[in-house]
Amino acid sequence: MSTRLRLALWSLLALLLGSALLGRAAGESGLAPGAFPARLSAWGLIHREGGMLKARAGSVTYDLATPLFSDYALKWRVLFLPKGAKAAYDPDRVLDLPVGTVIAKTFYYPLAPTAQPGGEEVLKAHPADYQTGVGGLRVGRVRLMETRLLVRRAAGWIALPYVWDEDQRDATLERVGDTIPLTLVDGAARTSFVYVVPGTSDCAGCHAPDYTKGAINRIEPIGIKARHLNRRFPGAFGDINQLARLVRLGLLTGKPAAAEIPANVDWRDARLPLNARARSYLDINCSHCHSPVGAARTTGLWFDQGHEHGADWTNPTRTGLCKQIVAGGHGGGGRPFDVAPGEPDRSILLYRVGSNEPGTMMPELGRSLVHAEGLALLANWIARMDGQCRLASEVR
Amino acid sequence: MKAATPTHRALLAGAAACVMALCSPALAAPGAPDADGFVTDRAFEKHLAEQLLDARPGDVITIPEGKWKLMRGLSLTAPGVTIRGAGRDRTVLSFAGMVSGPVGLQVTGDRFTLADLTVQDTKGDGVKVNGTKGVTIRAVRVRWTNPDKATHGAYGLYPVGCTDVLIEDSEVFGSSDAGIYVGQSDNIIVRRNRAEQNVAGIEIENSTHADVYDNVATGNTGGILVFNMPNLPKPGGFTRLHNNVSEANNTPNFGAKGTAVSIVPAGTGMIVLANDDVEIFDNVIRGNNTVGIAIASDYSTNYKIEAGSPGAHDPYPERVLIANNVITGTGGAPDNALFPAAQAILAAGQSVNLVWDGFARSDGGDNGICVAAGGDKLVRLDAAHPGQLTLIPGRDCSAFPRQKAVVIP
Repeated sequence: MSTRLRLALWSLLALLLGSALLGRAAGESGLAPGAFPARLSAWGLIHREGGMLKARAGSVTYDLATPLFSDYALKWRVLFLPKGAKAAYDPDRVLDLPVGTVIAKTFYYPLAPTAQPGGEEVLKAHPADYQTGVGGLRVGRVRLMETRLLVRRAAGWIALPYVWDEDQRDATLERVGDTIPLTLVDGAARTSFVYVVPGTSDCAGCHAPDYTKGAINRIEPIGIKARHLNRRFPGAFGDINQLARLVRLGLLTGKPAAAEIPANVDWRDARLPLNARARSYLDINCSHCHSPVGAARTTGLWFDQGHEHGADWTNPTRTGLCKQIVAGGHGGGGRPFDVAPGEPDRSILLYRVGSNEPGTMMPELGRSLVHAEGLALLANWIARMDGQCRLASEVR
Repeated sequence: MKAATPTHRALLAGAAACVMALCSPALAAPGAPDADGFVTDRAFEKHLAEQLLDARPGDVITIPEGKWKLMRGLSLTAPGVTIRGAGRDRTVLSFAGMVSGPVGLQVTGDRFTLADLTVQDTKGDGVKVNGTKGVTIRAVRVRWTNPDKATHGAYGLYPVGCTDVLIEDSEVFGSSDAGIYVGQSDNIIVRRNRAEQNVAGIEIENSTHADVYDNVATGNTGGILVFNMPNLPKPGGFTRLHNNVSEANNTPNFGAKGTAVSIVPAGTGMIVLANDDVEIFDNVIRGNNTVGIAIASDYSTNYKIEAGSPGAHDPYPERVLIANNVITGTGGAPDNALFPAAQAILAAGQSVNLVWDGFARSDGGDNGICVAAGGDKLVRLDAAHPGQLTLIPGRDCSAFPRQKAVVIP
């Protein structure tokens, strides 16, 4: 039976069983109002069960080597493949995921001890707060913010943002996103900020990977690439490599030997080389735009760790080394170079990552707060980098 | 046509599934107009964002008359869409209170048209169109109104990486970089626009085949710029500037330190920087305090010269035609604080109508720069001997390879 036929039958079955959503998702080409359920629960992917939020059987919870920073929110990532379908391995790009795939990413914060459920006070997460999500998410002392669904249809991926209701029982589709005031509590420090839920059209701001082939609005996931997944994580078969798990579950084909799979590293792991940590951080936080084909291709500053459209770390200027500002208004902060080895204070990269002012801050979307720990990593990386940049006026 | 009629808005406001805990008081809409007459109306904003989200090829989205204060930047990804206001004096979108963006309107859909409205006070750029084929911007105003110019965004109208770009009958005030900025694009017409009180009025950067005519650039730091910057994927060339008025561009430079435009001296009519195949003719350039037209190489900037390596940036302006311009009233208070190679002559208190920094690809060469007879002499600075200069009289430029007018299909 061909994959296509099998999929069609599966879709039909889903339809007959009353769970028509994925079938519709696979068939529809546009994104018309009303085409998707107003409530997250209607997808049948995630449900409340006592004090737990649980994913449908057959799904796989996963994590990334280094995640994108999103205002200190924690994220629970779940992959739902259509029954019988498999993903195909790709060394650089997103895994080739079959029509009908859904990725659900739930953003949440631990609650401050004094906070009311659904209230504004949330905690900056510490390692003890971290939940793997394997077996579900304990939701008693968390504030659920949003669940973003990425749905693979025949016509391509679409993104649907669901914002969790005040009572935290279900989430509501907010196609144009939302703005939610929060206060981040970190010990004695309290920081008020606006948590911004991106709308469906904002999604293309990060999820449209290629601006060079027309149809720019074609979006795809970011994290579900081999190099981000190539790490151990608990789940089925124990604490094993995530790609190996997908193979053992019969959900991934084409995976080469472990030694041939690229791997990003955990940006927090101080035992690893600073260079690898910083590049992994820049890859996941920046390269969805800063690649030779992305939205920021025109900057000539590229951080993609993949190979096909990857950053060329042998061409230092392309990764910011001694690269002088050419545009960007006040985004340069008066600093002369994107990256000036040994001189964090002369490096624009740190100015922009360290800003939370729209128009200056990088990334442009997806955060209102500065990621102090990420900024410190990049500052340390630049401070210890060999070399020197000088302006023409400094050497003439 | 999809218009947010008042009835529709009221229905939306009633139906908006706005859970109270998720709505700060600032979001509870619609509110009374603020001191400047702007209304924050969450239902209106949501409806507009949904219209952009649901747009399909052929749609015309009309934004009704009103002064609307929006919290979030707008974005459009669908091709073949027109967004139209009720006129730039009637439909005004203010982003002064925006919490995310930073661009006012961001577009990636092909065959896009924007007309008849004002976008103002964005944190970042006003209107950015990235990577599309077919961009028309007509009778649009972008402005920044905060007296503190350091708060102004970089670019007003900002197509980048586009092909077939038409910007006409529009105006930009107050940008801290370039008012009308076309970057890394191809096949461009910029005509009948007004650029005022920006650092750069109109800038064509790393773009090819741009026709810039019938524009007025006044009160900027520099009027009209044709730049070719290093370290960018696309080099520029083939630009025509003609029948423009570049007048009294004497505003002190308020560009961010380190940016390309921050080296533009106040009082500059036009600059060609490291760009090749440029024609400047039939323009009126008057009342600029420092220079009428400057032709400069990367050596006059603070940019590192990347000579030698394959694919390296070409630091020289080459094949520049200057013909039949009327350049008057240059001088008065030359700004010699910037633009290093011109300092020698400007320090002497002179202002000049035509100046070239003199850096040539070959010794004694003229880089193919041709100033036609009947106009001003070209002041050529001596690259090797600061302070020395040569006056080059006009000559016959009839052999200069002329470009065809740009046609937007």
